[in-house]
Amino acid sequence: MIPELGQFAVILALMLAIVQAVVPLVGTMRGYANWSAVARPAAAGQFVFLVIAFAALAHAFLTDNFSVAYVAENSNSALPVAYKFAAIWGAHEGSLLLWVLILGGWTVAVAAFSRNLPDHMVTRVLSVMGVVSVGFLCFILFTSNPFTRLAQPPMEGRDLNPLLQDPGLVMHPPVLYMGYVGMSVAFAFALAALIGGRLDSTWARWSRPWTTVAWLFLTVGITAGSHWAYNELGWGGWWFWDPVENASLMPWLAATGLIHSLAVTEKRGSFRIWTVLLAILAFSLSLLGTFLVRSGVLTSVHAFATDPTRGLYVLGFLTIVVGGSLAIYAWRAPTIAGGNRFEFLSRETMLLGNNLFLLTICAFVLLGTLYPLVYDALGLGKISVGFPWFNVMFLLFAPPLAVVMGLGPLTRWQSDDPQALWRRVRSACLVSVLVFAAFALYHFSWAGLKVALGIGLAVWIAATTVVNLRGRVKPGTGLAGKWRILRRQSRSYYGMLVAHLGVAVFAVGIAAVSVWGIDRNVRLGPGDSADVGGYTFHFQSTKNIAGPNYEADQATVLVTRGGERVAVLYPQKRRYDASGQVMTESGVDGGLTRDLYVALGEPLGDGTWSVRLYTKPFVRWIWGGGLLMAVGGVLAISDRRYRIAAYRSRAHSAVQGRPA
Amino acid sequence: MIARLLLVAVLAFGAAWPAFAVENASRYQFDTEQQRERYWDLLSQLRCLVCQNESLADSQADLARDLRQQVYEQMHAGKSNDAIVDYLVDRYGDFVLFRPPVEPGTYLLWFGPALIFLIGLGFGIRILAQRRGTQAQLSEEDRRRAARLLNDEDGEPRQ
Amino acid sequence: MMRLRYLLPLGIFLALAVLFVIGLQRDPRQIPSPLIGKPMPEFQLPTLSAPGENLSDSDLNGQVSVLNVFASWCVGCREEHHVVKALAATGVAPVYGLNYKDKRVDAMQWLGRLGNPYKTVAVDAQGQVGIDWGVYGVPETFIMDRHGVIRYKQIGPMSEKALHDKILPLLRKLKQEGES
Repeated sequence: MIPELGQFAVILALMLAIVQAVVPLVGTMRGYANWSAVARPAAAGQFVFLVIAFAALAHAFLTDNFSVAYVAENSNSALPVAYKFAAIWGAHEGSLLLWVLILGGWTVAVAAFSRNLPDHMVTRVLSVMGVVSVGFLCFILFTSNPFTRLAQPPMEGRDLNPLLQDPGLVMHPPVLYMGYVGMSVAFAFALAALIGGRLDSTWARWSRPWTTVAWLFLTVGITAGSHWAYNELGWGGWWFWDPVENASLMPWLAATGLIHSLAVTEKRGSFRIWTVLLAILAFSLSLLGTFLVRSGVLTSVHAFATDPTRGLYVLGFLTIVVGGSLAIYAWRAPTIAGGNRFEFLSRETMLLGNNLFLLTICAFVLLGTLYPLVYDALGLGKISVGFPWFNVMFLLFAPPLAVVMGLGPLTRWQSDDPQALWRRVRSACLVSVLVFAAFALYHFSWAGLKVALGIGLAVWIAATTVVNLRGRVKPGTGLAGKWRILRRQSRSYYGMLVAHLGVAVFAVGIAAVSVWGIDRNVRLGPGDSADVGGYTFHFQSTKNIAGPNYEADQATVLVTRGGERVAVLYPQKRRYDASGQVMTESGVDGGLTRDLYVALGEPLGDGTWSVRLYTKPFVRWIWGGGLLMAVGGVLAISDRRYRIAAYRSRAHSAVQGRPA
Repeated sequence: MIARLLLVAVLAFGAAWPAFAVENASRYQFDTEQQRERYWDLLSQLRCLVCQNESLADSQADLARDLRQQVYEQMHAGKSNDAIVDYLVDRYGDFVLFRPPVEPGTYLLWFGPALIFLIGLGFGIRILAQRRGTQAQLSEEDRRRAARLLNDEDGEPRQ
Repeated sequence: MMRLRYLLPLGIFLALAVLFVIGLQRDPRQIPSPLIGKPMPEFQLPTLSAPGENLSDSDLNGQVSVLNVFASWCVGCREEHHVVKALAATGVAPVYGLNYKDKRVDAMQWLGRLGNPYKTVAVDAQGQVGIDWGVYGVPETFIMDRHGVIRYKQIGPMSEKALHDKILPLLRKLKQEGES
């Protein structure tokens, strides 16, 4: 009964989404005010029904209703309750429902927090978001219905994929979807501006916080995914350039370009075309990611069960949305082109350079991900483009980006004097070159060069940040005066500094772990030990344990250094009861400057195991950097001018006698 | 020999007995640490053909185990990394490599990013050339006055 | 008035869409064999029925032949077995079997139950010969011409459609090749 209610709710949501997409748009074109006014209520209604649908599916999971096919495939009565809930988005159909629910949430948020925007703009934005909703709801109803019933319900479900039975991974999809779906807001704003033929710095100011919030979620989602992969997959890696990982990186790169471009449009009125294009690109890449993951076109550890008919549908949807928006862009872009002038050496140029490098990276990630497809389509056979290629390209194009990241904030808007700029960056340049040289000479190898580059660039970014701060507080007299100036700086200024520092921290992490990380694959039995990077790993014993829905072999590994006890680790090899799938649960001792990592391989008979031992210097800095970037984003959106705008709009409404 | 066969048979029926499939223990004997590193390093550069994007070093698939055995034996027979890779590529094609070969079919792949960058650079320079302003030139004094008037205390343009 | 450079993003996207349409019709997990057009790898293995006897590549040479890689534990092999029997029944070419990473007893029982279409079955217990042939999943079927050159590899279970549309015509063509 309840699953049918859920299905009915989805149908109603679709009806409302169609209304939300079509009616207000017609209303703005024809000037029917009461038609335009339908946008907000339609969005609210759609969201209500989506919540009902999601709740219905949740109910089916939590009550072990195996007559629903999706529940039978992805759950099990022995599954812990938290994972039963997370199983809702554990596979294709349910994750789509989550996607569309989150889209509904963002739509309602835009409807609620846009009181101080002109109505026709809000209407267009909500219409565009409605179109996207319609597409996804149709996809669900016609090809991927989570509520289909089984004629003969099984006694027991097939269990959630053991890889997903992890607290980290439970949160990864919702957070990531908040990011992917959030890009639709910037996208909708861009299309609304194109259709309306007006794009100015006020428009940029409205778009910017929405984009930053979505970017923030995407940053956290990707960081969390990397951390999860490190913990769960047992090979100690944090990024594999897997197609699905790339599918999340590309929108992030475009979104990063977008938030910088929006800054320029807001402050200087320039880069309007760039901003619009990047907004369309970021969301298009989100949709592309959806296509790549669900269509079976590429091989990936992450891919959902593949189905070419679904792939065809998503491709059709992609063509309509992306093709349509790019067509509108081609038609209307000339009306919004133009902008302020700026010289060769200026912050605008730096930001242009920033866009260039970000988009080049985005482009090569796309090229590498799709190349096997191109190669096959050309009839040349099968080829694989793996991490060696991606790492080479990343090493080529990421360093210049880091250089511009340091220079940009120190360059004046519109026109700067090369000599003055040099004077500003001179000390930072010197320090980073010295650090680079020190590491390069100390190691004197190809790997050494890489670590020197990573750390040198990190120091460059940190040093330019310091120079920036120093420049700001210079007018202040005495410590108190300087402190006063610091307190007066805007949160978005600190947001930028913190986010850039996050990149520096991230760079240190990847440089250190890639070059100084040690991994050994050894055979150990009880009583054996092995040395890795100054640490001794003592394989003490193994025992058999039973978990809620698995049984496992657990080893006890004592790690010492110079005879002193450092940590005790308990790596496991689990076998899940329902599916028989075997999974590694690594034993990790995390630290600020290094991780110690043990993963069980296979039993070799006679009580010994193949074991992988790792020391991973500074690996936590990778995710620390990602989180810092997100913190920077949070600082930026809590900036006073957004709070003032909200305050002003409430005051404005009060004066007008309207409810806020 | 029989023990080996038994081990392999157990390998093939891994799910049944014992709880986990057993790996060949002898594959973990190496004469030097360097050899061991070379072995695992090489394996991590070879793709497991039957998996979704895993290397021979990480995969637990049967074929991966067999190929690990192959690589181990060849390495102990004195073959170089290149020879071992060639052996596998002859039988399984280029798909077994994570690093795509540089050949006419992949020129677009290897040189594409640089090409994209150069095209982007070209666009960028054109934009810069178009936007070069001949704004009125201010003296330093006037510039500072204007900055004080136009910018707020943070040095950013007033909203 | 649409200027060309504004149409560029749309153009790139449409090219990508075409690429995807093609891609949807391909299977990324099917890896073509680099052995096609090359002489079959040498091997010498004991036979299933008489362990003292051997089957080697020279036995297959000199005629158009088919080698079917199978195992008793392989679900797909069970599915395609009736097609293999049909192929052998046509008599167009001899069908040899390669029993891959299997137990002798199990293989014999399996063939006893389902029928044995093979002229001879070679036992590749450790899969070494399979590696030489680039076998990465069972079942797989190879077609060799008179000179022992591999001309075609069927990846996965052979369907009746594949038998009638691809394999039988190819076998007939290869036989004619030798005669002319």
